[in-house]
Amino acid sequence: MADYPTNLKYTKDHEWARAEGNKVVIGVTFHAQESLGDVVYVELPKLGSTVTAGQSFGVIESTKAVSELYAPVSGKVVKVNEELANAPQTVNSDPYNAGWIIEVEPSNPKELDALMDAAAYEKLLATTA
Amino acid sequence: MPRQTPLNQAHRKLGAKLVDFAGWEMPVQYTGVIAEHEAVRTAAGLFDVSHMGEIEFRGPGALSTANALITNDLARIADGQAVYAGLLNERGGFVDDVVAYRFSPERIFICVNAANREKDFQWMKAHAKGVAPVDRSDEFAQVAIQGPKAAAIVQRLTRRDLSAVGTYRFTEGEVAGTPCIISRTGYTGEDGFELYCPPDRAEALWFALLEEGKAEGLKPAGLGARDSLRTEMKYALYGNDIDDDHTPLEAGLAWIVKLDKDDFVGKAALVQQKAQGVTRKLVGFELTEPGVPRHGYPILHDGQRVGEVTSGTHGPSVKKAIGIGYVPTALAAEGSTFQVEIRGRPVGARVVKTPFYKKS
Repeated sequence: MADYPTNLKYTKDHEWARAEGNKVVIGVTFHAQESLGDVVYVELPKLGSTVTAGQSFGVIESTKAVSELYAPVSGKVVKVNEELANAPQTVNSDPYNAGWIIEVEPSNPKELDALMDAAAYEKLLATTA
Repeated sequence: MPRQTPLNQAHRKLGAKLVDFAGWEMPVQYTGVIAEHEAVRTAAGLFDVSHMGEIEFRGPGALSTANALITNDLARIADGQAVYAGLLNERGGFVDDVVAYRFSPERIFICVNAANREKDFQWMKAHAKGVAPVDRSDEFAQVAIQGPKAAAIVQRLTRRDLSAVGTYRFTEGEVAGTPCIISRTGYTGEDGFELYCPPDRAEALWFALLEEGKAEGLKPAGLGARDSLRTEMKYALYGNDIDDDHTPLEAGLAWIVKLDKDDFVGKAALVQQKAQGVTRKLVGFELTEPGVPRHGYPILHDGQRVGEVTSGTHGPSVKKAIGIGYVPTALAAEGSTFQVEIRGRPVGARVVKTPFYKKS
């Protein structure tokens, strides 16, 4: 079943962001992985590179589709989920935990507050579905 | 508004994700592309291919009329056999790729791609010398049951002896009480049947097959799995791998061209091309670095654009990023290397033997 944890923030492009100390972990939502279908490849940014809120930081590919990944917040990439190289399907099976994509050190933590909470995101899904 | 097949309600009941394909609303997947792909390779899958068109030549001279339009030779097969063939333009390029069924010398039935149905029919009308073609597409729905368990499942639902129906042979008979053309053909690399039936019987046939095959793992399968299955076999998809500007000789389909038969549209161009040698060839390759090749990506060699990817995916059975594309003849041999440009970045690729997937 669709699942949108309340401890996460969400973008209109179907990424989630989770504050962990002074870092932010980023992934794609249940809805995103469901519409993509079976994920077969995730193109990750380099460690140490910077990402900008609202701009593409990588690409996620399913058997049929290629989609951009958009950064929920700006910052420096401090970790990437290297497990996805061998097991990209983890994005489908566990989008909020093992299927995380990158971790950033945010340059403007206020950006996180501007994102949707779970209720607002579910409302967005309900009106666009 | 896209057209709907007679199985549209069935797809909705089964929770399919529907997409517009060639002007038709078709299921792209039910549960997931990879699971459906695996079902076809290990058990069986059921596909709605009712969007395909059917054009018939009937009457004295049907065989010679149809034979003058296609590359393969209907005179060389028996009644009850079918051939894969090209329908070519005068330049030798593909108007379409088709399967032609020989019921008798006076009845030739041709299955054409959905997207090309009207174009093919007009082309055939304009070029047929003798019998006029009839577009019978609206009289047929078509389901394909494919996979190692397919024959056993269909056999339990028909009195016809399917062991007598070999590959690329067909018969007529009832399946689950529905009158069908039972054709041992497909687009997956697995054994199986394509069943042509009256549209108003399609849903009953569909659910009878699903019910009969349930215990053996038969699953409804969508266009997503159909595409990954055919790509693993390097089966051409019209509009991707072959089109009006590419000939069967370039596409590695010389085996469907019989240059020693009587004249057919495109023959002269192919004779000339064969004598001169082709300058580009459709090859299968795998990526040697991470990435997924996709239709339209440039193929690079020594920094120059030398070709284009026509199909590509991550093959669920071969578990590799695989692609099909046209490259200069000098780069077509197995083991040749080049790059595929993926989002501006050159990614290594190597020509491999096809089909990519071989039954173990």
